Amino acid sequence: MKPTPFEYVRAGSLGEVLSVLEERGDEAKVLAGGQSLIPTMNMRFAAPEVLIDISNVAEFRGIEVRDDVLRIGAMCRHVEVLNAPEVAKHAPLIAMAMPSIAHATIRNRGTFGGSLCHADPAAELPACVLALDARFNIHGKTGPRSVCAQDFFLGTYMTCLADDEVLISVDVPTANPENVFFFDEVARRKGDYAIAGLASQATVRDGIIADARLVFFAVSEVAIRADRAELALQGVPLENIDAEAICGAIADTITPFDDLTTSSAAKLTMMQVLTRRALETFASQGVAV
Amino acid sequence: MTSPIAITIRVNGEPASRAVEPRLSLADFLRAEGYTGTHLGCEHGVCGACTVRVEGRTARGCLTLAIQCDGLEVETIEGATGNGRVADLQEAFIENNALQCGFCTPGMLLTADELLQDTLSPSRTEIREHLSGNYCRCTGYQSIVDAVEQVARKRAERS
Amino acid sequence: MNEHLKPSVLDQPNSYVGKTVRRPNAKRLVQGQGTFVDDIELPRMVHLAFHRSSFAHAKIVSIDTQGALAMPGVVGVFTMDDIREVITPWVGVLDHLKGIKSAEQWPLANGKVFWQGEPVVAVAAVSRALAEDAAEQIFVEYEELTPVTDMSTALAPDTPVIHPELGDNLCFHRVVDSGDVDAAFADAAAVVEDTLHFNRHTGVAMEPRSIICDYRTAEGELTLYMSVQCPHMSKNIFAKHLGIDENKVRVICKDVGGSFGLKIHTYSDEMAAGAIAVVLGRPVKFIADRLESFVTDIHARDHLVKARAAFNSRGELLAIDMDDLTGVGPYSVYPRTSGIELNQVVNLTGGPYKHTSYRADGKVVFQNKNVMCQYRGVGHPIAVAVGEHLMDLGARKLAMDPVAVRRNSFIPDDAYPYTSPSGSIYERQSHHQCMDKLIEIMDYAGLRSEQARMRDRKTYRGIGFASLIEVTNPSPAFYGVGGARIASQDGCTIRLDPTGGITATTGVTEQGQGTETIIAQVAATAVGVPIEQVRVLTGDTEIVPYGGGTWASRGAGIGGEAALQAGKALKANILDLAAAILQAKPDQLDVRGGAVVDLATGNERMPLSELGRIAYFRGDTLPEGVQPELVATRHYTQRQFPFVFTNAAHACHLEVDVETGLVNLLNYWVVEDCGRVINPKLVAEQTRGGVVQGLGPALYEECLYSQEGQLLNGSLADYLVPMAAEMPDIVVDHIETPTGTSELGAKGVGEAGTAGAPAAVMNAINDALGPFGVTLTHMPFTPDKILKGLGKA
Repeated sequence: MKPTPFEYVRAGSLGEVLSVLEERGDEAKVLAGGQSLIPTMNMRFAAPEVLIDISNVAEFRGIEVRDDVLRIGAMCRHVEVLNAPEVAKHAPLIAMAMPSIAHATIRNRGTFGGSLCHADPAAELPACVLALDARFNIHGKTGPRSVCAQDFFLGTYMTCLADDEVLISVDVPTANPENVFFFDEVARRKGDYAIAGLASQATVRDGIIADARLVFFAVSEVAIRADRAELALQGVPLENIDAEAICGAIADTITPFDDLTTSSAAKLTMMQVLTRRALETFASQGVAV
Repeated sequence: MTSPIAITIRVNGEPASRAVEPRLSLADFLRAEGYTGTHLGCEHGVCGACTVRVEGRTARGCLTLAIQCDGLEVETIEGATGNGRVADLQEAFIENNALQCGFCTPGMLLTADELLQDTLSPSRTEIREHLSGNYCRCTGYQSIVDAVEQVARKRAERS
Repeated sequence: MNEHLKPSVLDQPNSYVGKTVRRPNAKRLVQGQGTFVDDIELPRMVHLAFHRSSFAHAKIVSIDTQGALAMPGVVGVFTMDDIREVITPWVGVLDHLKGIKSAEQWPLANGKVFWQGEPVVAVAAVSRALAEDAAEQIFVEYEELTPVTDMSTALAPDTPVIHPELGDNLCFHRVVDSGDVDAAFADAAAVVEDTLHFNRHTGVAMEPRSIICDYRTAEGELTLYMSVQCPHMSKNIFAKHLGIDENKVRVICKDVGGSFGLKIHTYSDEMAAGAIAVVLGRPVKFIADRLESFVTDIHARDHLVKARAAFNSRGELLAIDMDDLTGVGPYSVYPRTSGIELNQVVNLTGGPYKHTSYRADGKVVFQNKNVMCQYRGVGHPIAVAVGEHLMDLGARKLAMDPVAVRRNSFIPDDAYPYTSPSGSIYERQSHHQCMDKLIEIMDYAGLRSEQARMRDRKTYRGIGFASLIEVTNPSPAFYGVGGARIASQDGCTIRLDPTGGITATTGVTEQGQGTETIIAQVAATAVGVPIEQVRVLTGDTEIVPYGGGTWASRGAGIGGEAALQAGKALKANILDLAAAILQAKPDQLDVRGGAVVDLATGNERMPLSELGRIAYFRGDTLPEGVQPELVATRHYTQRQFPFVFTNAAHACHLEVDVETGLVNLLNYWVVEDCGRVINPKLVAEQTRGGVVQGLGPALYEECLYSQEGQLLNGSLADYLVPMAAEMPDIVVDHIETPTGTSELGAKGVGEAGTAGAPAAVMNAINDALGPFGVTLTHMPFTPDKILKGLGKA
């Protein structure tokens, strides 16, 4: 199918993006890489009246490290993020997740910000930025604001962005030597959206887990933190991790949704498998920290 | 305006100028320009048959708007054939019978070429993973992997 | 020595038969220079888009097309009433499928809709995009009717009858009862039984269904550019239902982007395109997009089978008893019917084995889902999976190796010809030889010991086997005797050109499988010219001899034999002429390498280019009474057997991750006996592609429907087909048992891979899960089902 007719604005500046957004409200959609938006338009599931192409606007571009923050522009294409030494060094979790995002050709055009704003519950990046406690830099008619990852995602394909707002960049706290990361997902085919996935960061200090974030994706409307499991890990020496108790805490607090081919129970089993693998990673890599 | 806007895309080194509706995909633009080696298999970005190069990197022709490519360089299978860049891959595809119906082949070739550009000596697993964004319903993929592996080896020997 | 093994033209030193040669059409395709239907633009052409039913079963109360008519670029909006005068309905039944029934089917909904996706209104506009815009402005008021979706209750008394005029929802019922099944089970040392579910799936050709209908009002001629497997069949059907003289319908089929059986049927939207072309008097293009492909391309294989088998204590199969139920959508598809798949299941289950008692009860029922019909392998994947699962269950119960049970049960290689309990006649099969070779190339013993070692480390690998038979080279018994105008014969015309090259035209068609190459190899060999000097033309009903095209793995076996006989006839004509020119005797001459040579010495007497020059331009120099006839046509009908069966043995090696339920395919082996191998590479590639098309539905592919009859995963993002990363390398080897039905000796190979793969995967998964006592029989084997089987979900 072909998309319904729409207008196209190639924005030259952030100001232009914002003024079109203000003027057209929910009739407008920001076009970054288009790898999620255009398919839905080609299927006529989405029919925006105007697309605002932000690919030429400098504010959305670039990857830079400033103090203890890695800033990734919303318009950075997945391939740039995948190949960026800054990302590999300062946000290894994101680097670990990138190869699982779709396929090479899609990564050539799909963008970091576009993927986050699309807010697909099965996507990898929302879980990563939640695990990393990233902040989202948003601009609207009232000026800039910044929200944490937890507040950015509201539901399936839903974010906190108002109709007149746009995501500019994401700030990820740079990794420190105490951090240990884990990323894995269960997918039926390479590059598919996951059946269940886990993005995780732990801080290990003197052989003790000071803090851990376990963020699951493809199991609920938004990427979800296993709060009670995280709490149960706090202050636990690596050699004393009780994987079964942690898995039990996950089962007690998260009921994954069913998808077309996978039941909630199977997803929960996969979540627990991923959790055990993550805990093994913490235990083995945390020792080296 | 949803009405046509004049754009110019350099296709295979030659300017192609037309007034296009913003909704026109790059794939439909190229096909209308006569570059029918760009095939439409799904129009939702999954099958890879419409793969072309935009500014040197592969892109889905169905998920890219023609208007986004105003002023950019686009290369299709016709261009990559004309300049000989994929000649060795084409030869290996024929030798290995790495195509049957040929519908996926142009996209497959451009995707394989990009892999070999980025990775000098990919393993079979890497080749398989890289080609996973391009569907082939005929071959079962093995002969395609064989062909790409063969060219990788030859290109590595040359370099 | 058998007749067909005598030295023949095929065994000459310069024969191309048996050699891997390059496909002459491949270069065009790698350069993107193929001509697929959507690449063709005609003057004044309009594009179709459809308003399709969003309900599985509903009455149409009203249709409002006013808004659509007012949209930009719209040339016409058509309901069934707008084309009723130019087209007649069709009914998908065949005389020889006793009792099969179906309802009249129309190109556009005729008062009711019967499946989600059925075309209701067509819009013709100057571009596809504008046609789609207008289609969105069509408003149809539906009154929902109860959808019949569950095939297991389709025949229940309280289930609504989909087509009241048929009386019930039963399409076709077939029973075979042969030998003494009850006695065999009573005497058995081991009885096993199980229920198997086969998932509805579909073909997903990369090029969607495509058609251009170009109707010229002045001559009343219709030219169809189609992506199709059987041009002459299409010609007949369009002519018949549009009321056009068949001689005025031409089908041109250029490159076809994959077909696999799905481009062999009568589709409502394509027939509507034909009718609209007649009404408008201008070319009409319809290219199914991927979303409409999923709800309209035929589906296949929705079967529920309950089966049991009896074995004696030596592990010999004594009897099979099975019930098969399949739901085929609201119509039996025209003209091949939707009874054939079940018929094949009934005919083929347990095919490799020597049991003499067999009972099968098969029912085909209607339902409000997309239609089902013949897709690559037709019935074989079900028959093979049922039979091979029973063999494994028998082996397990008798504590024997699955290979031993098969070997003990195979029809002996020297017992042919052999009539199966279902009535099939096997000319000659090689099950033992294939299995022996398979065991050798896969290193079975090594794999078993590795499996045991890995299990100790809690890694679960499995080995699964599938022995099978496949229907190829069909006789008129397949369709012709049932009244369908589908040719089982095929023809080939070969002409010597003045240059000394030859041009061959054939009724079999090219979909990428390499038909044109096969015909070129046979023709070059039969005539005696270099293959570079052979041009093969297919797919145009005004050029090629009348033939059946591509179905039932017949291209090489039937079309190849016609080419062989045409080539031999042309060569005889060439030799007659050469003898006249050279004042020699024809039997002292031969044609080799594009020249007339002395038979005994091989010395060149005259290049064919010289012969051509004389024949075509200097006939005045020929002896009196000599009239060159440098074109020959031969046809071939295989009528010795209803079908010529091939056989094969498959093995799959895989690993099941018992934590996540994922299956990792490690290796796959096939030993195939397709008779004489004309081109080893093409045979191997047909086999590999076929295997992967069987691995797909075993692990990924399924059309998932809601209770209401809504397809839930009708996009390429949601319907999973095999991709490169997950597929294994596949080792292909051969046993060659040429058929004696033809001089060429070739059987078919296009479908055998698909036939065996689901069974081999299922058996391998169950072998891997053996330590857990888990047996899975519901395809596809998703992580969810595997975890459920393991009690982990």
